Amino acid sequence: MPEGIALLLIVALVVMVIGGGALMARTRGPRAPRPSGTEAEAARRVEAPPATRPDQVRPATRAPAKPAEAPPRPTLRDRLTKSRRLLSGRLAEALGQSATEETWEDVEAALIQADIGVSTATKIVSDLKAGARERRATEPDEVMSLLAQQLVGLFEAGRDRALAFAPEPPTVWLVIGVNGTGKTTTIGKLAGDLTSRGHTVALAAADTFRAAADEQLGTWAERSGARIVKHQPGADPGAVAFDAYKFAVARGIDVLIVDTAGRLHTKAPLMDELAKVRRVIEKEGKVHESLLVIDASAGQNGLVQAREFAHAAGVTGVILTKLDGSAKGGIALSIEDTLGIPIKLIGVGESIGDLEPFDPKTYVDALLT
Amino acid sequence: MFDSLSSRFDDIFTRLRSRGRLSEKQVDEVLREIRLALLEADVSLKVVKAFVAEVREQAQGAEIHKSLTPAQQVIKLVQGALVGVLGKEAAGLRTTSRPPRVILMAGLQGSGKTTAAAKLARLLKGQGRKPLLVACDLRRPAAIRQLQLLGEQTSVQVHAEPGANQDEAPAVASRALDHARLEGFSDLIVDTAGRMHVDAELMKELREVAAAAEPTETLLVCDAMTGQDAVNVAESFLEEVDVTGIVLTKLDGDARGGAALSMAYVTGRPIKFAGVGEKLGDLEAFHPDRMASRILGMGDVLTLIEKAERVFDEAEAKKMEEKLRKAEFTFEDFLGQLQALKKMGPLSQVLGMMPGMSKLPIGDAQLDQQMPRVEAIIKSMTRQERNNPSVLNGSRRARIAVGSGTSIQEVNKLVKQFDEVRKMVKAMSGGGGKGAKRRLPTGMKLPPGLGGL
Repeated sequence: MPEGIALLLIVALVVMVIGGGALMARTRGPRAPRPSGTEAEAARRVEAPPATRPDQVRPATRAPAKPAEAPPRPTLRDRLTKSRRLLSGRLAEALGQSATEETWEDVEAALIQADIGVSTATKIVSDLKAGARERRATEPDEVMSLLAQQLVGLFEAGRDRALAFAPEPPTVWLVIGVNGTGKTTTIGKLAGDLTSRGHTVALAAADTFRAAADEQLGTWAERSGARIVKHQPGADPGAVAFDAYKFAVARGIDVLIVDTAGRLHTKAPLMDELAKVRRVIEKEGKVHESLLVIDASAGQNGLVQAREFAHAAGVTGVILTKLDGSAKGGIALSIEDTLGIPIKLIGVGESIGDLEPFDPKTYVDALLT
Repeated sequence: MFDSLSSRFDDIFTRLRSRGRLSEKQVDEVLREIRLALLEADVSLKVVKAFVAEVREQAQGAEIHKSLTPAQQVIKLVQGALVGVLGKEAAGLRTTSRPPRVILMAGLQGSGKTTAAAKLARLLKGQGRKPLLVACDLRRPAAIRQLQLLGEQTSVQVHAEPGANQDEAPAVASRALDHARLEGFSDLIVDTAGRMHVDAELMKELREVAAAAEPTETLLVCDAMTGQDAVNVAESFLEEVDVTGIVLTKLDGDARGGAALSMAYVTGRPIKFAGVGEKLGDLEAFHPDRMASRILGMGDVLTLIEKAERVFDEAEAKKMEEKLRKAEFTFEDFLGQLQALKKMGPLSQVLGMMPGMSKLPIGDAQLDQQMPRVEAIIKSMTRQERNNPSVLNGSRRARIAVGSGTSIQEVNKLVKQFDEVRKMVKAMSGGGGKGAKRRLPTGMKLPPGLGGL
């Protein structure tokens, strides 16, 4: 087939379906008078005043957490030892000398390499420059602490990062995310934590797509002493969730955690399926947490993921996994800053105890120390 | 995947086109924008710096071709440099004179090793070879079972030792190799546990598995959504084992995919395969030239045309084109062609392959929901209405909206778009030559790169 004909047909059909306006917006250059959607969005982001100025920042006072969900082991810094040298080393080096334009560029580079994103990094550095000038801060230590304050300031102070429990059991937590972020492992850890504190836990094996996903979850159920509800491979995930909910009610289970199949946020039918899993549970009860699992090594696409998952199934919190590598998970910072979805937990290893509550100050310290 | 990168280059070059010859200052500006675009696409900073420096060097030494505009020259340079990093051509698997060929799969947790191993086994089996899958991930719960199930689905044998201790991976690999030699398998695909590149103990295990398996190919499996860390991962794995190639997974998402550049640059190894879907057939050879074109905003037209040829009937397509040009195209024809378009995959994916189509005011999910709505609207029309849209008055439109479960606004919009396209195509063929395309009646602009229509 002559390629011209094929292309013409496709273009014609596509324009008929979505309209020429959309295409025009997509192809218009940056100097075009009317900003396209993404540009307008970017503009909004830039214009939005920083939530808190550096000098107003106070470390987040943690809301008195319900005793049930605060494992008392703030060992993130220890866990990050292996990779700590990366950012801190470069920053200290940069700030060790008197601040030149190059210094600020190095700071910006370090932030970019933490996956914080170019625009956020640029903004942080320009604020930092202004702050340093204003306070006549020239000593590396001063500038470092300014930077730390600024980064902590990106996390809204006093935001509740505790996982929500139902007043009357069962509590339902839905765990979602793209493929390979560590949903099932995280659920295993969550279950272990809950059972060790005397809760009864059931796991719903609603990942009926990936081969042996239910058996993987089953192993975690055994390790943690949780119950598991599963169907045949390929079964309807909504049906699994529904049965699991019924099971939890009938057996007086405290917490039901629903494992879902990893899915790319670009696949509309799979995102619809996820929305259905949520709806099915909500016919009978309530979903108390819809937790998005984000891989710390994820790049800027993490923000798109968060937006799309929030659109399909609501997201009440982010779990940032694999922080025990050299990746910094800076995209989670962008997710919280841009979408207002709090990071609630972090994964720092493969053992059942390697899940910790997220604390902005500890995280930023770990990033900079 | 490289969508936003494309649009950035589009922006830059659109702007450049309006200026005269390229000055050094302009080169600087372009390079700064390219640096930014690459960073936003998750290419690791280190790689960005090196890449930009290379392009600058070439730009300075480059001969000025009178036949090219400045923008075209820069495009050519950047494209050449990109292809240079991504690989000159699609690279196949290495061969060995002493079968079996051993292919070791390595990578971080969750990058998609097990799935990629099974897809590769299926691919090789389809080529008439006799692969054996080896389950050397003894750490993740049910990883062995996962590989066994995938083996069943692809009818490929799996060497698994479910009773083995978790530190016995090298021994399992070695026994599998013996087994494969004895049974005359042509390929051994060794699935290993996901490991953090900073985990010294597990990296040592990987080295031991490699020593036992004597791999011909060691494929580093990398998630296309990876950010800046890609460069650290690549460096660490390269230190431990002789990485011979890269498998890029989850390319069917909308990540910009800069990790591909980082990985290829750091390892100096070709990207051999790309995972493009959840089905076991969704593994393709990686095409560096297409990817580079895509980065440069020329879209992935070759793939698009390949797909189109599979779904559109040639005679039918010609007839439709004729009808479009003469403005005789009806909703009935539209409905028929939509069925073919649907077979090409989600609309968002089709658009992603088109040149310059990267900035979208609506999300992919919304976009993909558009198709069934349009279908419903047309199906709610009577035959007369479909063949002669001019009879569509207010009450008919209201009826169609109710019938299709949409709104009158949506029906109006569709009819308007339908008219616009008919006019657009007519104008394009009517005027003839390139100039006509720039004077579209509705002010619509064809994306750059589609000039050859």
